[in-house]
Amino acid sequence: MSAVMTETWVEVGSLSDIPRLGSRVVKTQDDEVAIFRAADDTVFALSNRCPHKQGPLSEGILHGHRVTCPLHNWVIELENGEAVAPDVGCTRSYSVRLEGEQILLSV
Amino acid sequence: MKERLVLIGNGMAGVRALEELLKLEPNKYDITVFGSEPHPNYNRILLSPVLAGEKKFDEIILNKREWYTKNNITLHAGSPVVEINRVKRKVITSDGTEAEYDRLLMATGSDPFIIPVPGAELDGVISFRDIHDVEQMLIASKKYKNAVVIGGGLLGLEAANGLIKQGMEVSVVHLMDTLMERQLDEAAGAMLKRSLEENGMNFMMGAQTESILGEKRVEGVRFADGSIVKADLVVMAVGIRPNIDLAKKAGLYCERGVVVNDTMQTYDPRIYALGECVQHRETCYGLVAPLFEQAKVCANHLAELGYGRYEGSVTSTKLKVTGIDLFSAGDFHGDDTTEEIVFQDLAGGTYKKLVIKDNRISGAVLYGNTVDGAWYFQLMREGTNISDMRESLLFGQSAHLGSSGHGGETQASAMSDAAQVCDCNGVCKGDIVKAITSEGLFTVDEVKSHTKAGASCGSCVGLVEQILANTLGGDYSAPEAKPLCACTEFTHDQVRSTIREYELTDKQGVFDKMDWRTPDGCHICRPAINYYLISAWPDKAIDDAQSRFINERVHGNIQKDGTFSVIPRILGGRTTPHELRTIAEAAEKFDVGEVHFTGGQRINMLGVKKEDLPAMWAFLTDRGMVSGHAYGKALRTVKTCVGSTWCRFGTQDSTGLGMKLEEATWASWMPHKFKMAVSGCPRNCAEATIKDFGVVCVDSGYELHIGGNGGVKVRATDVLCRVETEDEVMEHCMAFIQLYREEARYLERTAPWVERIGLSYIKQRIREDVPGRKALYRRFIDSQEVAQHDPWTSRAKGAEAHEFVPLKKIGE
Ligand code: SRM
Ligand SMILES: Cc1cc2nc3c(=O)[nH]c(=O)nc-3n(C[C@H](O)[C@H](O)[C@H](O)COP(=O)(O)OP(=O)(O)OC[C@H]3O[C@@H](n4cnc5c(N)ncnc54)[C@H](O)[C@@H]3O)c2cc1C
Ligand code: SF4
Ligand code: FES
Repeated sequence: MSAVMTETWVEVGSLSDIPRLGSRVVKTQDDEVAIFRAADDTVFALSNRCPHKQGPLSEGILHGHRVTCPLHNWVIELENGEAVAPDVGCTRSYSVRLEGEQILLSV
Repeated sequence: MKERLVLIGNGMAGVRALEELLKLEPNKYDITVFGSEPHPNYNRILLSPVLAGEKKFDEIILNKREWYTKNNITLHAGSPVVEINRVKRKVITSDGTEAEYDRLLMATGSDPFIIPVPGAELDGVISFRDIHDVEQMLIASKKYKNAVVIGGGLLGLEAANGLIKQGMEVSVVHLMDTLMERQLDEAAGAMLKRSLEENGMNFMMGAQTESILGEKRVEGVRFADGSIVKADLVVMAVGIRPNIDLAKKAGLYCERGVVVNDTMQTYDPRIYALGECVQHRETCYGLVAPLFEQAKVCANHLAELGYGRYEGSVTSTKLKVTGIDLFSAGDFHGDDTTEEIVFQDLAGGTYKKLVIKDNRISGAVLYGNTVDGAWYFQLMREGTNISDMRESLLFGQSAHLGSSGHGGETQASAMSDAAQVCDCNGVCKGDIVKAITSEGLFTVDEVKSHTKAGASCGSCVGLVEQILANTLGGDYSAPEAKPLCACTEFTHDQVRSTIREYELTDKQGVFDKMDWRTPDGCHICRPAINYYLISAWPDKAIDDAQSRFINERVHGNIQKDGTFSVIPRILGGRTTPHELRTIAEAAEKFDVGEVHFTGGQRINMLGVKKEDLPAMWAFLTDRGMVSGHAYGKALRTVKTCVGSTWCRFGTQDSTGLGMKLEEATWASWMPHKFKMAVSGCPRNCAEATIKDFGVVCVDSGYELHIGGNGGVKVRATDVLCRVETEDEVMEHCMAFIQLYREEARYLERTAPWVERIGLSYIKQRIREDVPGRKALYRRFIDSQEVAQHDPWTSRAKGAEAHEFVPLKKIGE
């Protein structure tokens, strides 16, 4: 028997709604998701809670494919939500992709 | 195919260079390492604690074998290189292994110097350089009783201390009359000798070793005066010599060491060298701190970035013997061109000597109380003019500045392991020492990132520096020319002058012009660059929102739960029933979590949801209130007392003056926050003497104060001057702010800035140079024309709306 994975992709907005090196939040029923737009226009999505003390990552400063948490400066990888060493921790990441200008988030 | 890099010498300098290289270019080279010792790289400095039985060998390994594997580095440990063939570009080891290179890195360290006396080759005569030596000493200490250590320098004393701990009777033989004469003057040397004698060490001073006696194993030592001491173990610790045999054999140009230029390159451009084996600008180093600076530069060139430059190091020393506090740096002997400031308390066991040349510290020796070692060392390296603090200099930084937190605890060596060092993050001394030794940390920054000690308010950094120095025996704080951040080699000052010189007006211009390593910087450099741009070109520069910290981007202060605080401006701390009613209504309407009187004479509404901010601001600004910038590196508050309007002692209208000052200066961006106060008389109820700019009204006019700070390190202001009219106060104030804005580094408050550049300089610019003051004042006024608008009003009208609303809500 094989389990069927269902992925729902939801259109959450267009690329131009987020400034480069900026972030906006999408509220879902059970989480708050931060959508990040890097300088090279790659988009990433992480749960909007820092693995340290739940700081809102969407308010951090973006650089490369990383964000610095605004509360105590942990640096988090946008790709997978992992804290950059020596800090240790991980926040949930979401699949996100671009279709033209549209940002699609998997929830 | 990848280029091949071969490292000869698997020690502290060489491996550090590899680590730095991997940070810059992880995949550029196929790396092979050859080391004579059969171990991975370990922390040689900590051999002393291993000898003293305080640490095990495992605990001092810096790079485990897995580290080499993980980074695809081939390690040949226990495999000394015996030949370099520069024509075929390969190295050959004693067992015939060969490796070809495109670039070669030599870090062969030094060899202990063995005095060539008869008997030096006997069993039981050893040096103190590697773990093998330590093992030999430990074995001997189990079997034998009498040890003689030849050499009363740093290494000799640490060896002697360790052997005593292992239960041996130890005599230290020293040729000179002063112990550690290369680091200590006579007075401090004598104090050191006395404490070591109390620990059970015997000394034979001014003794010249003539021969070592014994058949197979050592039995005694004979001196030039004919006397003999019994010995079953002799440790030779008389000095080190750069290990250049291999380099010489390969025909590389050597003098005392392998000669390198400022990029750490030898005379063969394919071969780099660093560490104790090199000679750079006539100097060979024997401590770790300089090697690490060399490693950075070397890695930079191996990565072909091509801009690192090593210009030599100033070093400082500490002896790692538990219970002995000793610090020395620079030229502490002095000569005809220098003067000395000395404090000596023989009974109390403290001695301090500072050597001063041209009003700058050129050397220091501290014994018994080394709390201020790091501070003096910093003043020395930065070449700070000390004439303004001469009188209090010897009493140290804490006499100069009071600090909050850690209850005034300042003596690192006297602290127990359980004593808390960092009060913000709850880190104890034991945690820090453990991290330093087990994680192989060398700098305050590394300790900060691993333990979080000193990473928050920073008040314990001095203590962390001392613990680091006590554990590692030296000052590893970064040198003065510290790069702005890891994205660049350039300093704050260089970035700022480049922005001015090339009229750069946006961050990309700076990144391009200055070859930034990262495409879009980081959270440290971007806010700094943004500030330098807007302060240099207030009307032209592009203020980049994404380079501002969240508080400045959304004009509120982020709280631990992600909500924001709202503090409207209340000029000079004087409010009205209308303003109070407005605040009360806003608090109710937007359901704020708490209303709080701040330490800056205004009212804080906490717990506001981000989405509510624009509406709340609209409500406040419609009723005439503006942003208090409590979130910004900007003018904060102007505290005032009631002054002559009401107070029986008031000499001037302090409230009125405070309001005028705030009216003129609000909304100006600064390197850091900026606070002012005006007190109506010298009773100083507004605490003007701990503000960045303070005014104390006096009968004849106004006394102007600068550079105060009430935060982590309390600093009382310096008096700038007295003036007679309010107009003069305004002009001096704005000129001072403008000087601070143009010259202080980003995130440097006025207190440390004044300490760094000196009061005399500021007096000269603001007081003596009258046209200069007027020009500064003018530039401030001009920039206010652009800057002085209320950010809340425009946000309330819809500016930057995307900041405040979610992109989408799913499932509502
Ligand atoms: C609200 C307030 C506490 C209060 O409830 O009274 C406060 C709150 C904060 N202070 Fe403060 N400080 C407040 C008055 C002070 C004072 C007293 C004063 O201004 O007279 C001081 C000491 C005086 C001084 O600065 O010299 C003070 C010294 C600090 C420091 C240490 C600064 C230093 O140079 O050592 C920090 C940390 C920093 O700036 O890096 C700090 C940082 C903070 C931060 C911004 C911490 C942060 O990053 O979140 C707090 C923001 C809370 C918020 O969201 O509003 N706060 N803080 C006060 C706001 C005054 C205002 O009306 O704007
Ligand atoms: C007991 C002791 C205590 C010390 N305490 C302090 C202190 O408190 N503070 C401080 O700053 N410094 C201290 N030092 C000095 C510090 O350890 C050295 O400055 C530092 O280790 C030098 O680094 P290096 O890489 O140049 O040499 P090393 O660390 O000696 O590394 C050189 C390596 O190269 C190997 N090698 C040599 N020739 C060859 C070859 N032909 N082929 C292969 N490998 C070769 C050697 O075996 C060695 O492993 C101390 C030193 C000792 C011995
Ligand atoms: S308001 Fe100031 S003193 Fe109070 S916890 Fe925050 S930073 Fe510390
Ligand atoms: S909550 Fe993110 S660093 Fe502390």
